[in-house]
Amino acid sequence: MSVVEKVSDSIDADQVTSAVVVRFAGDSGDGMQLTGSNFTEATALHGNDLATFPDFPAEIRAPAGATFGVSAFQIYFGADEVTTAGDDVDVLVVMNPAALITNLKDLLPGGVIIADSDAFTDKNLVRAGYQSNPLEDGSLEGYRVIVIEITKQVIAAVEPFGLSHKFAVRCKNMWTLGLVMWLFDRDRSVTIENLEKKFASKPDIAQANIAALNSGHSYAETAELPSGVEVYRIQRAQVAPGLYRNATGTESLAYGLIAGGRLAEIPITFASYPITPASSLLHTLAQHKEFDVVTFQAEDEIAAVCAAIGASFGGTLGITSSSGPGISLKAEAISLAAATELPLVIVNTQRGGPSTGMPTKTEQSDLNQALFGRHADTTLPVIASSTPADCFDVAIEAVRLATQFSTPVLLLSDGYLANASEPWLVPDLTEYTPFPVQFETNPEGFTPANRDPETLARVWAKPGTPGLEHRIGGIEKSYETGDISYDPDNHQKMTDVRKAKIDGIARFIPPQTVSQGNDSGRLALVGWGSTYGAIHQAVKRARATGADVSHIHIRYMMPFPENLGALLSGFDSILVPEMNTGQLVEVLRAKYLIDAQRLNKVSGQPFKIREILEAIHSLLGESV
Amino acid sequence: MNAPQKLTLKDFSTDQEVRWCPGCGDYAILKTIQKLMPEIDTPKENTVFVSGIGCSSRFPYYMETYGFHTIHGRAPSIATGVKLANPELDVWVVTGDGDGLSIGGNHMLHVLRRNVDLQILLFNNEIYGLTKGQYSPTSKVGTRSPSTPDGSVDMPLRPCTFALGAGARFVARTIDTEAKHMTPVLKRAHAHKGASFVEIYQNCPVYNDGIFDYIKDKKSASETRLMLEHGQPLVFGQDNSQGLRLNAKTLQLEVVTIGENGVSLEDIVVHDETNRILATMLAGLSAPDFPEAIGVLYCQAETSYENSVYQQIKTVREKKGIADFNAVLRQGHTWTVQ
Repeated sequence: MSVVEKVSDSIDADQVTSAVVVRFAGDSGDGMQLTGSNFTEATALHGNDLATFPDFPAEIRAPAGATFGVSAFQIYFGADEVTTAGDDVDVLVVMNPAALITNLKDLLPGGVIIADSDAFTDKNLVRAGYQSNPLEDGSLEGYRVIVIEITKQVIAAVEPFGLSHKFAVRCKNMWTLGLVMWLFDRDRSVTIENLEKKFASKPDIAQANIAALNSGHSYAETAELPSGVEVYRIQRAQVAPGLYRNATGTESLAYGLIAGGRLAEIPITFASYPITPASSLLHTLAQHKEFDVVTFQAEDEIAAVCAAIGASFGGTLGITSSSGPGISLKAEAISLAAATELPLVIVNTQRGGPSTGMPTKTEQSDLNQALFGRHADTTLPVIASSTPADCFDVAIEAVRLATQFSTPVLLLSDGYLANASEPWLVPDLTEYTPFPVQFETNPEGFTPANRDPETLARVWAKPGTPGLEHRIGGIEKSYETGDISYDPDNHQKMTDVRKAKIDGIARFIPPQTVSQGNDSGRLALVGWGSTYGAIHQAVKRARATGADVSHIHIRYMMPFPENLGALLSGFDSILVPEMNTGQLVEVLRAKYLIDAQRLNKVSGQPFKIREILEAIHSLLGESV
Repeated sequence: MNAPQKLTLKDFSTDQEVRWCPGCGDYAILKTIQKLMPEIDTPKENTVFVSGIGCSSRFPYYMETYGFHTIHGRAPSIATGVKLANPELDVWVVTGDGDGLSIGGNHMLHVLRRNVDLQILLFNNEIYGLTKGQYSPTSKVGTRSPSTPDGSVDMPLRPCTFALGAGARFVARTIDTEAKHMTPVLKRAHAHKGASFVEIYQNCPVYNDGIFDYIKDKKSASETRLMLEHGQPLVFGQDNSQGLRLNAKTLQLEVVTIGENGVSLEDIVVHDETNRILATMLAGLSAPDFPEAIGVLYCQAETSYENSVYQQIKTVREKKGIADFNAVLRQGHTWTVQ
C-alpha cells in the first residue's frame, strides 16, 4: 500500500496514522519558514522520521498577497523511513488567498485546509486571481476546510501585551503553529524556548508570540472542528539508535569541511562571495572561528576562488563555494589550481538556470559544467552528496581527495539539499580515520615537480620552509624540474600525468555498491545527488509489489568507481532520473556504450516518488 | 654551527634565463629588488612574490624566494589568500598597468581598501607588452596601437590617484632605472604594515619606447619632477626656484616662482605625507603643466586586514574556550533513540 493510499485512509482521523505531509504557505513576510522549522524540531523530538522542503520566492518581501510572493514550508513525517518531503499534501495551512491558489493543486482529495478567513479580503482575492471567495463559494467541497478568523483571534490573544496592530498581527504564524501542534500532538516547549531565545532582548514580543502559540493550541482543543478532524497520532519511527539532531545539508556540509580539515590536520581557509542558495555555507563557517577556520567574503567570485588558491599555496586548505553562475566565473582559476596541482575544494550548490534562472529553486543541471566546464584538458574529481546528512561525509571526502591528490575537487550539492533538513545521527569524529597532510620539509633532491609514485600527487611545500624556495605558475612546467617548459614532448607527458592522476583516484575510492535491490536483474535506477530520497522510496515501493528493480546511487562522478561499468552491464535496462535534461545519462552512454534511458524533470521542484514509480512500471511493462 | 652568512644579490637570483626584451625597464627593477632583499630582515623562505599575467608578471621566476605566477589580474586576490593562510609571510605583488588596473582593477581596489599587508609594485609602461602592443588603461589619449590604429580615445587613469581613491594607506611613485630612489622607497613600502602601493614608471623599449623620457632625461628632470620629502616644501626647477602654492580660491595647486610677484618660500606648500587630500592633489599632477610627484605621496598606518582577522579569531577563541568538535556538533536540541 502506498503512502498516498495510507494517508487518504488515515485522514479519517482519531486513529494511528503512519505518515503525514503538512505544508505551511503564506506571504514571504508571514514567517512560514520559522513556523516550519519550529514544527520540524517538535516533530523530531516527538520521535518521527521526517524530511522537509522549504520553498521560498527570490523576493525578500514581495507585495502582500501576491502569488509570486508565496513562501511555503513542507514537512513529511511518519513512523516509517522518510526520505523525501512527500508527494502530496495532507494538511495545507494557508495564510491568504494567494497561498491557497498556488498550493491547492498539491492537496490530496479529502485533505485538510486551515485558512485565515480574515486574510480573504476582496483585495487579496482579486490579487490572487479569485472571482469569488473559495471559502464561501463551495469550490472547496471535497476537502476538509477549517476556516478561522485567525487575525482576530491573534489580536485578542496578544492584547495584554500592548503591541501595535502591526506587531500583534505578526504573531499569526505562532497562533497557527499552536493549532497544528494540537492536531499532531506535538510538544510546544521547544518552540517556547526558541521564542524566548530569539526575542531575548524584546521580552514583550517573546511573550506575545508564546501567548499566540498557546491560544492557537487551546482554540483547537475547545472549538468545534469539522467532523473527522481530530488529533492524529503518529507512532515513533524505527530508526537506528543514537544521538540525533536536525541538520540542513548546508549545516552538515559546513561541519564536514571543518571535520575534513581536522582529519587532514591542516587549517582551512574558506573564501566565497554571496550567492543564493550557497551563501549559508559561508554564514555557518563564519560562526566557527574556534576551529582552524578562516572565512573571507571576497569582492567577487573570481577573487574568492583565487584567495582560496593562494591560501592553499600558503599551506592551508583553500575552499570556495558558489552556485552555477558563480562557478562559471571561477572556471579559469580552477584550471590554474589544476595546472599548479594545488589542493582546493569547490562547492557548487546548484540552482535552477541558465543565468540567474530560479535562484531559490533546485536543479542538478551543473553536472556537465562540473565535468567539462573548463578550458583545455582540465580534469578534476567531482563528487556529489545525496542527502542532507550525506553532505557531512562527502565534504570530508572532498578534503581527503584534494589533499591526498594535490588537486581541485568539485563537490556538487543543490538547493534542495542545502535547505532541506532531516534528523541526523550525529557523527563521532574519533571514528573517522585521519589522513594527515605531509608537507615537504627536506631540501635534499627537492623540486616542485616531485610526485608521490603511488598517487602521482605533487609535493606540497609551503612558504616558510627553509631551503624549499620555488616558483609555480600557470605556464607549462617541466616534468623533471618544474621550471617553465614549452617542449612538445613534455607537454604531452604533463597532460598525460595530470589525467592519469585523476583517473587513478578510482583505485583509492570504494567500489560502487547497490543501495537497494540485487546487483543484477531487469532494471537498475541510477541516480546521483539529491534525487536519492525519491528514487529510494520509488524502488522500495516497486520492489514491495514484486518488481525486479535496483537502486544504484553514484557519489563519485569523476572518476567513476572502477566496477561501475561491470555492475551496470548486469542489468537488462538502466533508467537515470535526473533534475536536468539528461547529463549523467549521456556520460554513462558514452563511457560504457549502454542503452541507458532517461527520466528528466526541470521544474525547480524535486521528483515526486510517484513520478519515478510510474517510470519504473512503464519500463517494466506493468500498470501502476 | 656557523653564524648565518650575509646574503647577497646572487642568493636572490634563480638559474632561470631572464626573458625580457633587451633594454626593458624590468631588468633594472629586478636588479634593484634582488639587491634590496639582503638588506631587509625577512628570511628568504618567508618571502613570497605573487604576480598575474604580463611582462612584469614573469618577475617571480627570477627571484630565489617562494613565487607564484598566477592568472591575469588576480595576483592581489591570490596574495590575499597567501597572507590569510600565513600572516608571517612577507608577500610582494608584482603587476602592470593592464594586469593591475584593467582586468584586475576590481581586485586592486579591494586589496587596497582592505589594507592587506602586501607590497604591491605596479610597473606602469602605459601599454600591453606581452600581447604585442595594445593600448592600456594608463595610455595617453591618442596612443596609436594595433587595436587603436587611429589613436586611443578614452581617458587614462592615474594609478596613484586610483590607489588613493581606493583608500590605500601607502602610495609612492618611483622610476625603473633609478635604483637610488627606488631602494629607499621600497624599504619604506616594506616597513609599512598594510597595503603599500608603489607605481614604477617603466620603459617598454619595443611598444612604447621613451614614454617617460620627459621625466627621466637628466636635462629636463628638474623641471618635470617634484621630488617629495616629508616636511619639506614642494619645490622644483633649477635651484629649486619654483614651487607649488595652494590657490585658496580654486582649491588647486599652482606653480609659482619663488622671489617673483612677492612669492616667498613661506607660500610654498610643505609636504605632509599623512595628508590624504594633499596626496590626492599631488597624484593628479601631470606634465607638461605640472611637475610629476616622485617619492612617497602618502603614508598613514592603519591596522592591516589580516591582523584584524586574526585578532577577531583570537577573541572568539578566548571566549569559546577549547574547541571540541564533537561537543559543538551536539549543541542545541538533540534527542536520543534507544
